[in-house]
Amino acid sequence: MQAAATKESIFQVNDLNLWYDDYHALKDVNLEALNNEIYAIIGPSGCGKSTFIKTLNLMINTVPGVRMTGEINYKEKNLLDSRVDLVDLRRNVGMIFQKGNPFPQSIYDNIVYGPKIHGIKKKSELDEIVETTLKDVALWDEVKDRLKSSAMGLSGGQQQRLCIARALATKPDVVLMDEPTSALDPISTLKIEELMTELKKKYCIVIVTHNMQQASRISDKTAFFLHGHVVEATETSKLFSNPEDKRTEDYISGRFG
Amino acid sequence: MAKATVNTSAEDRLILTNKNRRWDEVRGRSLVTICAIIMIAATISVTVFLAQKGLQSFTVNNINPIAYLTSTNWNPVGSGEASYGIFPFIFGSLAVTFLSALVAAPLGIGAAIFMSEISPRFGKKVLQPVIELLVGIPSVVYGFIGLVVLVPLVRDNLPGIGFSLFAGVVVLTVMILPTVTTIATDAMRSLPDSLRQGSMALGATRWQTIRKVLIPAALPSLLTAIVLGMARAFGEALAVQMVIGNSRDIPETIFDTSATLTTIVTLNIGHTTYGSIENNTLWSMGLILLVISFLFIFIVRYLSGRRKV
Repeated sequence: MQAAATKESIFQVNDLNLWYDDYHALKDVNLEALNNEIYAIIGPSGCGKSTFIKTLNLMINTVPGVRMTGEINYKEKNLLDSRVDLVDLRRNVGMIFQKGNPFPQSIYDNIVYGPKIHGIKKKSELDEIVETTLKDVALWDEVKDRLKSSAMGLSGGQQQRLCIARALATKPDVVLMDEPTSALDPISTLKIEELMTELKKKYCIVIVTHNMQQASRISDKTAFFLHGHVVEATETSKLFSNPEDKRTEDYISGRFG
Repeated sequence: MAKATVNTSAEDRLILTNKNRRWDEVRGRSLVTICAIIMIAATISVTVFLAQKGLQSFTVNNINPIAYLTSTNWNPVGSGEASYGIFPFIFGSLAVTFLSALVAAPLGIGAAIFMSEISPRFGKKVLQPVIELLVGIPSVVYGFIGLVVLVPLVRDNLPGIGFSLFAGVVVLTVMILPTVTTIATDAMRSLPDSLRQGSMALGATRWQTIRKVLIPAALPSLLTAIVLGMARAFGEALAVQMVIGNSRDIPETIFDTSATLTTIVTLNIGHTTYGSIENNTLWSMGLILLVISFLFIFIVRYLSGRRKV
């Protein structure tokens, strides 16, 4: 607990409500995500967890008919009422999707895509970004001899790690992960999980997962979502060993969901 | 309750259905196989027939094939020595094809991007039906409009007599634009949404996403769209014939009259005697058209093989 005092608060979400047209998808969500921590979000399908993670980089704005009230404070800046620079926000808040989605270009071009958009042109600088980010995701040794070959030739797990490297290349503070291992085999999943524990030394990580073992293995805090409400949000160890709410207990012990 | 009244056992029913299904299977399979065989037979017989007829001017009439392809003197029935050089028509065909593709490609791909990325709703409800209507207009109508509207317009405002390579290119551009747009739109729409999201999530704007991710990803299919448009332009005869002027010389400028392989064939095949030298040389032009069309198809096949997503 005393460690928490020294950790910087990255996301502070207050009374967030979200509607898709008439459908009330998120109800009074309150959460705080700190730097150097992994925040896991669990819950049954349709509980709003994917919707929630997409609000953190405002990718939700691409969905027509979305309305939000409340506050999403990213480093003390409310994403909902100030006119946020989406380009800047998304450079700082990276996102990983369910399935690796590399662009059909070379491995090298995938990684430098973000930096180039944000104005880095120098070849030496780009080369260095490619090397460090690929090392960060433990992919460097596997691909260093074929940086110029297509990313589509990589395996599913490698593609997902490449996408993580691509997100890290813009030097974000936060990495959002929306079920990043749901399409991967157990060995690739393990590698991504090891990677996450490594990454949290430098970043704040928010992960949505269907896999409760995964949440309990890797996360520091866990929030349990149900029907758009946060039922319980606390230390992962406490949520899984000694949940306060009956519904949380039912869910983590597999009685529904 | 029903069990008692059904006098066939489960085994009987299984075998019965099996028999029915097998017969059904055989019937269905033969039907589609016959369709496939007819298609293949039609293609092969046209090719063989055209090759046989088209080669006659070289084998029977002893025209030098190289002179035939490269000479610029087309004088089959005129005064003096007859000469069969079709280079001006090959040039005309390729010129209208490439020039119209050059104009139609950016327009068509631009419209495709508008329909798939910028305004899908308007695109689906308004633009797409309009484009499909354009495809359905017969080429004689395009030619007629070209003749009564475009040619006078060119004559009054631009150099030349109105009938020109330029008029042909304009008419063809309008004609192939729907082809290019439709195929390019399909190509853009078939790109997975994850590419768009991946790019946007990295902070790219919509335009950057289109330019740096979507267009490169769809490039082989977009090129296919252009080549198919070119194939259509290359094969079009009637509309071009009505506006291009049909002269036998290589045009010096884009506003000069010209002719294409297809226009010469449609103009002359009716009033030449079957089996005459001139008639045979027209068949040879048909063969050349077929060969170049095959070339377009090979390019399309090659490009589809390179599709990346």
